[in-house]
Amino acid sequence: MSSLTSPRVLRDVVARGRPLGGRLDRIAGAVFILPAVVVILGFSIFPLLASLYVSLSRLSFSQGGVELKFVGFNNYAKLLFGIDRTHFLGVIGPVTPVSGAVLVAGYGLMAFLLFRYARYPGRTLLGLVGRVITAVIAGAGLWLIVNTILTSGRPGTLVVTLVYVGVDVSVQYLLGLGLALLVVQQLPGRRFFRVVFLLPMMITPVGVAYLFRMLTDTSKGPLYPLWAHFGLTDVSWVTNPWGARLAVMIGDVWQWTPFIFIILLAAIETLPHELVEAAVADGANRWQVFWRITFPQILPATTTVVLIRIIEGFKIIDLPNVLTNGGPGTATESLTLHAYTIWRALDIGGSAAVAYMLLIVVTFVGVSYVNLFRRRATAVA
Amino acid sequence: MAIIRRRRQSVSINTVSLPTMTLSYLLLLAWAFVVLFPLYWLAITAFKTPLDVNGGPFYIPFRDFKPTLDSWRYIFVDLGEDTFRPYLNTVVVGLTSTAITVLLGSMAAYGLVRMRYRVSLGAIASFAVGVALAVVVLIFHGPWPVAAGAGLAVFALLLQSVAKRSKRAVGNDDIAFWMISQRMLPPVAVVIPIYIFFQQLQLLDTWAALIIAYVASHLPIVVWLMRDYFQSVPLELEESAAIDGASPYRIFRSIVLPLAVPGLVATFLFVLVFAWNEYLIALFLTSANAQTLPMTVAAQNATRGPQWWYMSVLILIMIGPVIAMAIALERYIARGLLVGAVKG
Repeated sequence: MSSLTSPRVLRDVVARGRPLGGRLDRIAGAVFILPAVVVILGFSIFPLLASLYVSLSRLSFSQGGVELKFVGFNNYAKLLFGIDRTHFLGVIGPVTPVSGAVLVAGYGLMAFLLFRYARYPGRTLLGLVGRVITAVIAGAGLWLIVNTILTSGRPGTLVVTLVYVGVDVSVQYLLGLGLALLVVQQLPGRRFFRVVFLLPMMITPVGVAYLFRMLTDTSKGPLYPLWAHFGLTDVSWVTNPWGARLAVMIGDVWQWTPFIFIILLAAIETLPHELVEAAVADGANRWQVFWRITFPQILPATTTVVLIRIIEGFKIIDLPNVLTNGGPGTATESLTLHAYTIWRALDIGGSAAVAYMLLIVVTFVGVSYVNLFRRRATAVA
Repeated sequence: MAIIRRRRQSVSINTVSLPTMTLSYLLLLAWAFVVLFPLYWLAITAFKTPLDVNGGPFYIPFRDFKPTLDSWRYIFVDLGEDTFRPYLNTVVVGLTSTAITVLLGSMAAYGLVRMRYRVSLGAIASFAVGVALAVVVLIFHGPWPVAAGAGLAVFALLLQSVAKRSKRAVGNDDIAFWMISQRMLPPVAVVIPIYIFFQQLQLLDTWAALIIAYVASHLPIVVWLMRDYFQSVPLELEESAAIDGASPYRIFRSIVLPLAVPGLVATFLFVLVFAWNEYLIALFLTSANAQTLPMTVAAQNATRGPQWWYMSVLILIMIGPVIAMAIALERYIARGLLVGAVKG
């Protein structure tokens, strides 16, 4: 704390000699922080509250202004139970052996983890209640995902967004970590790889989307010989729901693996060498060195970078909008794109409701992630 | 003897055995191919004629097809104005918004590191009540000066009377968390009121609207990255400057900012890339005049189907500057991001 106070005391002493400058100096704290606070209040917090109100009303643009009519939770009801349900939540298919088995396994795992925490000596009441709530919501999410994807049903934009985030972040993390471990070795030419691997991150997502549309074109794309070999040249995988989603996910992985790569690489490079050297001297192999020494030390960086990617991943819109136009049908629409298409149809209130749903999902996932993984990981380190 | 042996061992972890090295290179080259091939394809498509694109895949210029500058001529000469205006918009909006964001964000980050803030919960509650009152007045169609006046009056009144009694307060860490957590906010959740706001001010489709929106949405990144940078700046220099009579503003400008240049560079580049590539906010707030490059590229999905040869040129000139900067500043990026990731 002394590091915070001492310059201030000094300044006050110095400022006494200069009346006007002194007064300006004493409010320096406010001067430094207020512009940012005003901008964030004005363009994040107020719009957020206004958005909440819009989501509870019907909005129409009239001559020179807007008209708001309060409709309560109608816009949300429309998404959850009404005409937009198939679009938002999807269509639930009848239970199949696979979907049933996955559900049972998922719930079993959740029950086991809850039970283990309940018997853990350091448990707290708050921790237990929080975990039960998390488990209930996550359980509902799992039910929705399994019943729309693993059955004859059809996933809605909520499930599609969750799939994008889950698959993209996992694949990006595994690839990014692998590449970082490869580049960190003292190989000649590593600077070349560092720079090259960074490039996709810099490219506009819209550009990435077109790039992958070109590359995945089965009749004139560069992979034509491959498609021709399998007789697939007339197939456009953008007309197949999962093919289209796969194209979106490949584009996203291509673009954002560098982000994880570059941060993990920097994290590994700043680790002290002594531990690894001592372990190697004691006869540890590479696998042991990684799992016992390197991995635990980069855990804080890992959890942060994954959190950032989860949060940013939920905002995906450019790739599906340009790559597949959200189609076939609404198969590749993310929640943000969903909000945008409703907006374009001039249902502003409904659009705000979708945006709020997204906010709720992001907040839930983010907070659960921080509480369940991140805090523990940073506490260890 | 033991020391010597250990030293020899420690060398051996840095020298990689031949099979490992071969395998590593194979994997690295494979991923380099995955990264570079799409860019290569983009580059050669920009030099193809429509016939060369539609006639099937041609891979190698001069051997498989004859490169032409037709598409470049079309984009730069025939379209001319329609290419340059979005380009100018992107450059102006990107650089201006990034400069403002980095300035405001660095100031806030410095304040959060070196000053001590205590805002009582009572004051925050008073402020909220004042704002709520103003909003209620507005909803009942009161004129805005009345709304603002009433809100301010109630805020001041409560601040003087009730708020003084409240003991609980938020400190620096709470403020920092509040600012950084704004990044969790999906832009689509705030863009509708922002649209209406700019519509009322008749600022839709202008640089100002985009710049303000970008500053607000990128400020959290700057606060997050720069806070950790300023924490690593030694306090002694600032203390001796203060003893010599320098004002806080002078210290910030002449000592702290010059010392934080590597962090500022990384942050600037990072935010610039975000602003340069931003899609959603531009989609809502711009139409013809202030359209940025991502809009222009996305709009190429014309009725005749995408014209790859033109689009490739557009994408190339859009990503060119950013990629050049990334290559030049690669070292800064890694270090700048890491500081935030480890502590954040």
